Amino acid sequence: MIKKYWSGIAASLVVFCLFLVSISVFLRVYQTGPFEIYLFNWFSVGDFSVSWGLLFDTLSALMFMMVTGVGFLIHIYSIGYMHDDPNRGRFFWYLNLFIFFMLTLVLSNNFLSMFVGWEGVGLCSYLLIGFWSSNKDYLIAAKKAFVMNRIGDLGFILGLLVMILTFGSVQFGIVFSQAGLLPIGHISVVLIAILLFVGATGKSAQLPLFTWLPDAMAGPTPVSALIHAATMVTAGIYMIARSHAIYALAPDVLTVVLWVGVATAVVGAIIALRQSDIKKVLAYSTVSQLGFMVAALGAGGTHAALFHMVTHAFFKALLFLAAGSVIHGMGGEQNMYKMGGLRKLQPITFAVFLVGALALSGCPPFSGFFSKDAILLAIYQVSPWAFGVLIGVSVLTAIYVARLVFLVFFGPLRSDVHVHESPLIMTIPLVFLAVLAATAGIYHPEFEWVMVIITVSALAMIWWVTYSRYAVQVKDDRSDGFMSLDVVYSAVIVRPILVIARGLSTVMDQIVLDTAAKELGQTVVQSGESLRRMQSGSIGFYLWMITASVAVILIGLSIWPF
Amino acid sequence: MIPTYSYLVLGCILFSIGTLGVLIRRNVVIVLMCIELMLNAVNLILVSVCEPVFVFFIMMVAAVEVSVGLALIARVYRKFGTTDISTFGQLKG
Repeated sequence: MIKKYWSGIAASLVVFCLFLVSISVFLRVYQTGPFEIYLFNWFSVGDFSVSWGLLFDTLSALMFMMVTGVGFLIHIYSIGYMHDDPNRGRFFWYLNLFIFFMLTLVLSNNFLSMFVGWEGVGLCSYLLIGFWSSNKDYLIAAKKAFVMNRIGDLGFILGLLVMILTFGSVQFGIVFSQAGLLPIGHISVVLIAILLFVGATGKSAQLPLFTWLPDAMAGPTPVSALIHAATMVTAGIYMIARSHAIYALAPDVLTVVLWVGVATAVVGAIIALRQSDIKKVLAYSTVSQLGFMVAALGAGGTHAALFHMVTHAFFKALLFLAAGSVIHGMGGEQNMYKMGGLRKLQPITFAVFLVGALALSGCPPFSGFFSKDAILLAIYQVSPWAFGVLIGVSVLTAIYVARLVFLVFFGPLRSDVHVHESPLIMTIPLVFLAVLAATAGIYHPEFEWVMVIITVSALAMIWWVTYSRYAVQVKDDRSDGFMSLDVVYSAVIVRPILVIARGLSTVMDQIVLDTAAKELGQTVVQSGESLRRMQSGSIGFYLWMITASVAVILIGLSIWPF
Repeated sequence: MIPTYSYLVLGCILFSIGTLGVLIRRNVVIVLMCIELMLNAVNLILVSVCEPVFVFFIMMVAAVEVSVGLALIARVYRKFGTTDISTFGQLKG
C-alpha cells in the first residue's frame, strides 16, 4: 500500500515543508519588511557580475505561499489521480522539479536567475504536457507549447540585453533605482518594457501567442491545474508586476498591455463558449482570465491584478481538479456532450465545482467577485471603453461557466459509463480549495452594494436562460475549430517559412555549399598532387632545401625586430 | 693572444666551405669529408668559447660516425663501382 504511494507522499511532504517555510517567511516580511539573502556569486565578466540571491518582499512571499499551498493540495490530489499510472515516480519527479523552478522564478533577486526559473518552468511544462508520451498528439502539443514559449522567451532575452546595456546590471534594486532617474518615455526603458511584455505574452498565453495553452490540456489534469492555470501562466503577470517601476516610465507600452489583455480576454471567452471538451473550456477560460489580469496591469492596477491572480489560482485549480475528478469518474471521457446528471453521482465534486464556477463567474460573496471588481474598478479609472468591453467578457464568462455546469452535472447521463465518486484523497484537496476559493475575497472586502445587486441579478438571468438551453434539452452547439488561430498561423507564418526554407535548401545547400565543399576538396587534392613532387628521393635536392631553409630562418631572425 | 673573434670568423669560414662542398660535390667521400669539416668548424667555435670536455665527446662521436659512413661508402662502391652521390638514391626499396 505505502510502496505504491511512496513517491507521491515523499513529493507532497517536500512541498508541504516548503509551504510551512513560506508561511514563516510571509509573517516575517509582514512584521519586519522585505529582506534579501545572498547565496553566491554566479559569474563575473569584466565589470559585469551576477550573483544568485533570494528576495523576500510582499510580492514574492505571496507568490511563494500561493505556489507551495496550491502545489501541495495538487500533489495530494495527484496521489489519487495517478494511482494506477506506471510512471507516477517520474510524474512526481517532474512536479517537484516544477516547484523548484517556479520558486527560483519568484524568489530571485535579479532578472537573470529569474530567467533561469522562467526557462525551467517551460521545460517542466513541456515534460508534463508530453507525459503520456505514447500518444503522438500529446507530444506535438508539448512541442507546440515549447516553441510558442520560445518565441516569447526571445523577447525576454533581448529585453535582458537592453537592460544590461542600459543599466549595466540585472539586479532588481539597481535596475529599478537607475530606471527612476531616467525621463518618462526614455527609449531604452520603452524597449525593455516592450520586450519583457513579449516574454509575458508567451508565458501567460496572451494574444497572439496563446494557442499553446488549450493544446497543453493534453497533460494529466493535475498538471493543467498546477502549471497551466494556477502558477506557471501567472509568471508573466508576476514579471510585469515586479517590473512596474519600468512600466510606470513607459505609459504608451502600458496602453498596449491594457488592450492586448482586453483582446485576449474577449477572444478567450468567445472561443470558450463553443468547446465540447471540458478541459478546453477551462483552458480558454484561463486565457480569458489572464487577459483580465494583464489588462489590469496595463491600467496600473498591480494590486488588483495580483489579487485576481491569487483568487484565480484557487478557483481555477479547483475547477481543473474537479474536472479531473469528473474525467476520472467517467473513465477518461472529456466530451461534455457525453456527460450529464453527474450532480447525483458525484455530489462532492458537484458541490466544489459549483463553488469554483460561481467564483469564476464573479458571484458574490465568492472570491472572484471581489478580485474582478477590483480589476474593473482599476480599468474604469483609465479607460471606460476597456471597462465596457470587459463587462461584456464577464457576461460571456458567466454564460460559458453556466453551460459547462449544466452540460456536465444536469440533465440525463448521455453515455453508459458506470460513474463513481472519486476517492477521499482527491476530494479532500478539492474541499480545501473550495473553501479557499469561496473565502479568499474577504482579505480585500471592498465593494459597492450596487455591484452586488447588478451582478446577482445578471447571473440569475444568465443561469435561468442557459438552464433551459443546456440542462432541459441539450443544444449541440459545439464548434471545436471555432476561431482557430492555428489555421491563420499555418497560412501566414508556417507555410511561407517552409517555402523559403525549401528555396534556400536548393540554392544555398545544393548549389552554393555543395559546390564550395567539392571545390575545396579538389583544391586540397591538387595541391597535394603538386607538392608530392618535392619528395623526389634526391638527396642533393634535400640538402639544398635544408640549407636554404636554415639560411632563410637565420636571416629572418637576424632582421626581425626582436 | 689571438682574440676570440678570430676563432669565430675562422669557424664560420670553415663551416661555409663545408656546406658548399656538401651541396655541390658529387663524390660521396668528398661529401663525407665536408661534413667532417662542418663538424670540426663548430668544434672550433665551441672550444674557443667554453670548456673543452664537451668537444672531446663530439670528436669521439664524430669518429664513430665517420667509420660507419666509410663502411657504407665501401659497400656501395663494391656494389655499383662508383661513389657518385646519385647512386645512393637507388638504395631505397
